[in-house]
Order: sequence, then C-alpha cells, then structure tokens
Amino acid sequence: MAGETENYVELRHINKTFKNYKASDDIHFGIEKGKLVGLLGPSGSGKTTILRMIAGLETADSGDIVIDGRVVNDVAASKRGIGFVFQNYALFRYMTVYDNIAFGLTVNKCKKSDIKKRVEELIELVDLKGLERRYPSQLSGGQRQRVAFARALAPNPELLLLDEPFAAIDAKVRQELRSWLREMITRVGITSIFVTHDQDEAIEVADEIIITNRGRIEQIGSPGDIYSAPKTAFVAEFMGSPTRISNISEFKGYEQLDRTIHAVVRPENVSVTKKTEKSRYPASVEHGIVERVLFRGRELELAVRVHGVLLTANRRLEEARIAEGEAVDVFIYRVYAFHENEEVQIVDNANVGTENLFYI
Amino acid sequence: MEIRKNSGVLKWALIGISAVFLTVMLILPLIYVMYTAFEEGIGVFLAAVTDEYALKAIGLTVRVTVLTVIINTVFGIFASWCITRFSFPGKKVISALIDLPLTVSPIIAGLIYVLTFGRQSILYPYLQGAGIKIIFAVPGIVLATIFVTFPFISREIIPVLNAQGTDEEEAAALMGAGGFTIFRRITLPHIKWALLYGIVLCTARAMGEFGAVSVLSGHLRGKTNTMPLYIELLYQGYDFTGAFAVSAILVLMAVVILVLRSVLEYKGAKSGEQAHK
Repeated sequence: MAGETENYVELRHINKTFKNYKASDDIHFGIEKGKLVGLLGPSGSGKTTILRMIAGLETADSGDIVIDGRVVNDVAASKRGIGFVFQNYALFRYMTVYDNIAFGLTVNKCKKSDIKKRVEELIELVDLKGLERRYPSQLSGGQRQRVAFARALAPNPELLLLDEPFAAIDAKVRQELRSWLREMITRVGITSIFVTHDQDEAIEVADEIIITNRGRIEQIGSPGDIYSAPKTAFVAEFMGSPTRISNISEFKGYEQLDRTIHAVVRPENVSVTKKTEKSRYPASVEHGIVERVLFRGRELELAVRVHGVLLTANRRLEEARIAEGEAVDVFIYRVYAFHENEEVQIVDNANVGTENLFYI
Repeated sequence: MEIRKNSGVLKWALIGISAVFLTVMLILPLIYVMYTAFEEGIGVFLAAVTDEYALKAIGLTVRVTVLTVIINTVFGIFASWCITRFSFPGKKVISALIDLPLTVSPIIAGLIYVLTFGRQSILYPYLQGAGIKIIFAVPGIVLATIFVTFPFISREIIPVLNAQGTDEEEAAALMGAGGFTIFRRITLPHIKWALLYGIVLCTARAMGEFGAVSVLSGHLRGKTNTMPLYIELLYQGYDFTGAFAVSAILVLMAVVILVLRSVLEYKGAKSGEQAHK
C-alpha cells in the first residue's frame, strides 16, 4: 500500500478476538478520501466487526485506528465524526421521519432554525418531501433506507459507514437502490465504507473492494481487478460462481499444468456446443454430457459433466436448444489455478490463438 | 362435518363449565360481600367506613401503596435495564432472584424482615441508635410490601426490552445522545405501556397484601393497621357488617384497577401494532 500518509481512514495491525473466535487477524489497510469502499466477505468473515471498530462500537484488542490523521482508539463513538447506517436501519420507531433526521442535531444542541433548515435540505436530497410526519412503520423498505441515510448525514459527518445497506430490501427494489445510493454518495462526496456479502452489490457500487475471510484481508483492489485477477485461492473461489476442478491437467489445453494443482473455472469461460455445431477449437474440445438445463430468464444454465466434474456453463436462448442427457462439446477458455496457500495464476487454454487462425 | 358438530358441543360444555366455576368462585362471593356490606342499610355502611380507625386504615393503605409503587418502579426499571443491556457475571442469578417473591410465601417474607431488623438482629443496635423503627411500624409495612411486589414491574418490562434490541439505542448513542436522553426519547416510549401495566399490577397487589404485612405490622389500631389487617380485625371481632363494608371499599378499588388494566392492555396492543406494522 503506497502513500499511506494520504489515507483518510487507516487501520494498523488490528486484532480482535471474541471469546475463542478471531474476528480480526492483523487487519491493515487504508482508504483514500472520497472513496466508496466495499468490505466483501462471507458471513462470519469479520467484515462487520471492522466496520463497528471504525465506528467505535467495538474496541480492538490491539492496533490503531486512524481517521483524518488522528488516532481515534480512545475517542468516543459520537466524537469520531461518523455517520452510521445500521443493517436494519434502526430508525427510531416512535419518532416521525422529521424527528429521526433531526435527532443527531437536537442532541448536539443546534439552533432550532438551523436544524429545520438542515432537515428540510436532507429531505429534499433524499426525495422524501411530504412524508415528514410519517412514522417508520408507515414507510416502504426503500423509503426507510433513505431516512436512515439522511439521518446519518444530518450532522455533516466526514465518514459514512453502512452495514449491509441493502439486506433488508426486496430483490426488486434493491437494484434500483444500489444506483441511487452510489449516486447520492458521489453527489455528497463523502468517504464511505459499506459491508456486504453480495459480490454483485460490491462490484456494482464500490470504487474499491476489500475482501475479508476468517478475520483476514484476502485482497484489496478495484472491482475489475478483483474479479479478473484474483490473488488468493479464496478470492478465486468466492468471485463469480466458479466450479472447482482438482484434475485440471487431464483437460485438453491444460496438460502442461502440475498434476497436484487445483483450478476453478467460471461459467463465462466455458463454451458448450452441440455435436452438430461447429466449434471454434475442434481439436481441443472435451466430450461432455448435459445433466441439467435450467432456464434463468435471459439465458440457459447448463450443468455438464466432463472428466467426472460437473461444470456450469451459460448458453444464449437464441442458440439451438440442448436437451438434458445430450452429448456435447465443451471448451474451457480460462481457469484460475493455484496450489493451496499460493498465489493464483490465470491460465488460458494453450490452444487458443493457435487453432483459431483457421476459422477467422 | 362430524368434527365440527362435536366441537360445537365441546365448545358450549367448556363455556358452561367456565361460567359456573366463575360464578361460584368469584361472582357469588363478590355479590355476597356487597350484600352484607349494605345489609343493615346505607347508614350503617357509611358509619363503618367513616369510623376513625377505618379511615386511618384506608389512609395507610394508600400511603404504603403509593410509596411501594414509586420505589418499585424505579427499582424495576433499573433492574430490567441492567439485565437486558449489560452482560456481567451473576446476571442469571440476579434475574432469578427478582422472581423469588413470586415463589416465597409472603409470611416468610415477613419473618425474614423480623429476623433482619428485629431485636435479635446484629443491625438492631445501630437502627436503635439512629432512632429508626422498622418492625411494628410503617417502614416495616412498606418494606414487606415492596418485597412482595417487586417482580411485577421488571417482569413486564424485561421481555419488551429484549424484543426491542439495542440497535436504536446504539444509533442514538452514536449520534451523541447521553444516557438519560436515550432513555427518555428511545427506551421510555417503547416500554411505556408495559411499564404502566406493571404499575397497575403492582398497585393491586400492594393494596391487598396481607401475610407479610401482618407479621411486621404489630396490628396497632390506627397506627399500623392497613385495610386488609383492619378487615381481619373486625371480622375476628364478629363485626361482619364493618368487615364487609371496608372490604367493599377494597373491592371497589380493585375493580377500578381492573378497568385501568383492560384499558392499558387495549391501548398497549394498539400502539404495539402501530410500531411493528
């Protein structure tokens, strides 16, 4: 991590243990001012603990947390200049939307007229005009999220933390809210960190993703980097919906690989063609049997058994139908190969670029 | 169809049994209390309840009840807050101890205090020296009543506090709200109905407490006799009209509390629906 001094938020060698469970194991990273960062990992990977420690809701066993050049280990949560959006929003259910948003200002004894101005400004920003007198129970999930967002922003924090901001929302509205939140945060220009277990969410919303697993950081990078160049075995297996192959050296185009190496392959790197169709690389296709065909709406998902491994592949709807039990040709473009605890290598099919000359 | 016909018979049988049971156990005795109280005319009734000692007993009962309810409300809120919001060693023990008065016979509660504050206690010389009289005096009655009624409020609040969770309080604290502001603006609106319900139950029990109070009061007419004790005294002296007249007052107070309880229950359920919709 170069240029650590420019980081707005910095965690230095943080450790945290709950009873006998290590939630943070030497967590060390920095975040630049104005960035929107996603903490991504499976549940129990320690991502929420990191967020809560930055907020001051949990205390680290060792290590320093730095915000804006100041070590905040002993600074009370309320004095850290942080806005926090809770997982289920934790809106005050006995207060109106207006009072919810005004709460942070009221307890800090701001002037009545200033509070009114600020709350109206925020209600305008999150587009909740006319709902000021409603109670949280009278709002939809999306509206509640907006209130939570406005409430967190009201005292003008320098840093916004969001814990699973979309978990409590129906799938349909979620998509819409992702772009809304991204746009809002960009417009306000606030440094933000959000926690999610959903990789699509992280890829779509974040400028930078930090992947956590078992209390450790696996990889930090832009969504593009993380997706296309996973560094560790965990990241390779976590991103995309890959299939693990333990006998990759038996596959055509990968014979050069070590016999003990593991590999994962993603559906988008597998092409399935009918025996009657022309394959782009006829010499290196594998023989496979289709075991399952699932209709996924915009595409078909095929489960094909090749060399004893059940691979997942996608096929466009307008292509000729493939039936369950049908014998097909399978070509694997790219795999991510790794030995346990070693860096992942991206391996393209050795025959790509040699054969295709004949077909272009 | 068959089952429905059967369940119809079953339903009416159960309703019938309940009605007969309640009539014999509750309604008849209540009617009898009222009947006996007014048997010799309203004049005798009024004379019995405006008797100097009767008035003093009513006054003492009201005083003891008010004191008990105030102390138990404060204690109940503190105890429930600490049990639901903090984790500490011995929490389970405290939580179980709060329920102790529900299982211990009140008469034992009375005896415990006699042993703790009476002549044979090591505390007695100090109390004596400070001029504090507990046994056979009003403080003893208040102590006994507090003991008997202290689970009522915390038992009502604890489940509500547990259901609420700590999210909202955490959010408020993060925004810089102090402990008292959090309690007043976040927690209190939430537990309001449960708290009032607990207070009503506590009041009802405090008014009627006999056993523990009986041990500690010393039965000094006009000084340490509460209504239940006074009623017993009259009854033992074969003054049935007097006994039932004062009972009628106590029953009336209980009915008022019962109505209050139903109103609270209804309102609480409605506000609960509102908040959780």
